[in-house]
Amino acid sequence: MLNMSDIMETITMIQDENLDIRTITMGISLLDCCDGSIDSSCDKLYAKIYNRAKNLVRTGEEIEQKYGIPIINKRIAVTPIAMLAGASGGDPLRYAKTLECVANDVGVNFIGGFSALVHKGFSPGDLEVLNSIPEALSLTDHVCASVNVASTKSGINMDAAAIMGRVVKRTAELTADRQCIGAAKLVVFCNAPEDNPFMAGAFHGPGEPDCVINVGVSGPGVVRAALRKTGEGKDLTEVAEIIKRTAFKITRMGQMVGSEASARLGAPFGIVDISLAPTPAIGDSVAYILEEIGLEHCGAYGTTAALALLNDAVKKGGVMASSSVGGLSGAFIPVSEDAGMIAAVQSGALSVEKLEAMTAVCSVGLDMIVVPGDTHEDVIAAMIADEAAIGMINSKTTAVRVIPAIGKKTGDILEFGGLLGSGPVMKLNTASPSVMIKRGGRIPAPIQSLKN
Amino acid sequence: MRAVVTVIGKDMVGILAKVSGTCAEVNANVIEVTQSVLQEFFAMVMLIDMAGMNCELGELQEKLKKNVDGMRIHVMHEDIFNSMHRI
Repeated sequence: MLNMSDIMETITMIQDENLDIRTITMGISLLDCCDGSIDSSCDKLYAKIYNRAKNLVRTGEEIEQKYGIPIINKRIAVTPIAMLAGASGGDPLRYAKTLECVANDVGVNFIGGFSALVHKGFSPGDLEVLNSIPEALSLTDHVCASVNVASTKSGINMDAAAIMGRVVKRTAELTADRQCIGAAKLVVFCNAPEDNPFMAGAFHGPGEPDCVINVGVSGPGVVRAALRKTGEGKDLTEVAEIIKRTAFKITRMGQMVGSEASARLGAPFGIVDISLAPTPAIGDSVAYILEEIGLEHCGAYGTTAALALLNDAVKKGGVMASSSVGGLSGAFIPVSEDAGMIAAVQSGALSVEKLEAMTAVCSVGLDMIVVPGDTHEDVIAAMIADEAAIGMINSKTTAVRVIPAIGKKTGDILEFGGLLGSGPVMKLNTASPSVMIKRGGRIPAPIQSLKN
Repeated sequence: MRAVVTVIGKDMVGILAKVSGTCAEVNANVIEVTQSVLQEFFAMVMLIDMAGMNCELGELQEKLKKNVDGMRIHVMHEDIFNSMHRI
């Protein structure tokens, strides 16, 4: 028979330590929906997504019941809409509204892919989609947007970074009556993964199959509890081992759920994204893991080193547990979604500058950071450029998801609710980068891109 | 196809009877039971065969929660434990 202590361990993880499948995300290619007419393109898009995903939510719920494991979100990621907009012309808002409509009809929590890949330049449709993002995100509730402005292979498109500085600000302004929520659904990437199941950055890359199931697992609370049980006596090599073992177990569960979902939905299984994604729930925090390793507050000196250990151990543990690991896979450090990060900001231990350093060793970037509402758009563009530079040079994904809190100042709080949590407005360095941003052009790809 | 029923909570008379009674009601065959009582704390793990079961696992969990009041009850397919703890 199964070992009783193994059974109780799994149940404690789920019941008390917030272990869950964060998302089953169905990736759907819309390349066969491209059409010269935007009317017919939208019709095809609706029909294809509806047909592929109509059973997604029900299937997720059935699996949840069968295994007794919570599956928090069911989501859809689609081909970057700029590709369709390039073929059809017309107003990209039509696509945003159609995506919102189909998301409501199939009952998913989010639909990602109001996106453009512009790391080397703009092709037809790209600029139209970028400029329509503020309105698209203010008119819809479920649509998420992402833009890839840089890559290790191509450098940083600084024209796109400048535009995205404006777009982020404008998106927050248009949703100022709703806690600036629009900006929380918008990510600017460097080296965006094509199979990421996590929002707001999920889209279905052009190299992906027609339809695919990707799964995102989470469990910061489980890792923290495992470390807590071992106490302070173990050295860091042993700490890394404990994190690896825990990540292995979590990922095995994700692999099982993903395989089952893919069989039931008749779509190939893509990847498991083994990310420690915090939620505002008590204890479900990446910051608390870092503090469990031995820091008084997240943000203290040592935080970057502890995060590097954590991020690497999560990957190593997860990679053997799944047939295919992908997406972002590592530790997320969103501020508003993590009770420990919020506490660290409020105590003064964690600054934007420290978060930027942490993004060099975590799996994403400056995430869910609330900044003052009067922040200049060029400052946001320059934050995007700095993050992109870290990603480009280190051949890793980095991203910026900052929320300008319109009408609020440092120390105020934005309340998003749900998984997005609440964020204190953080102080920014406001010295002007405008002359550099206005230069535009492209920062050339680094020497490490020349691997051929 | 087997499932694991776990019951955790404060010990009282008749827990095992109620759980196995509910299993019989849905035609689930009990294969193995392990239970322990530490002071007032009761923990039971039961392995059941779902082959002839006349309802879904979720429904069984609901029935058990109704019949055995005040206990934490989980009904889960055994594969989740196998996948997490066996290589």
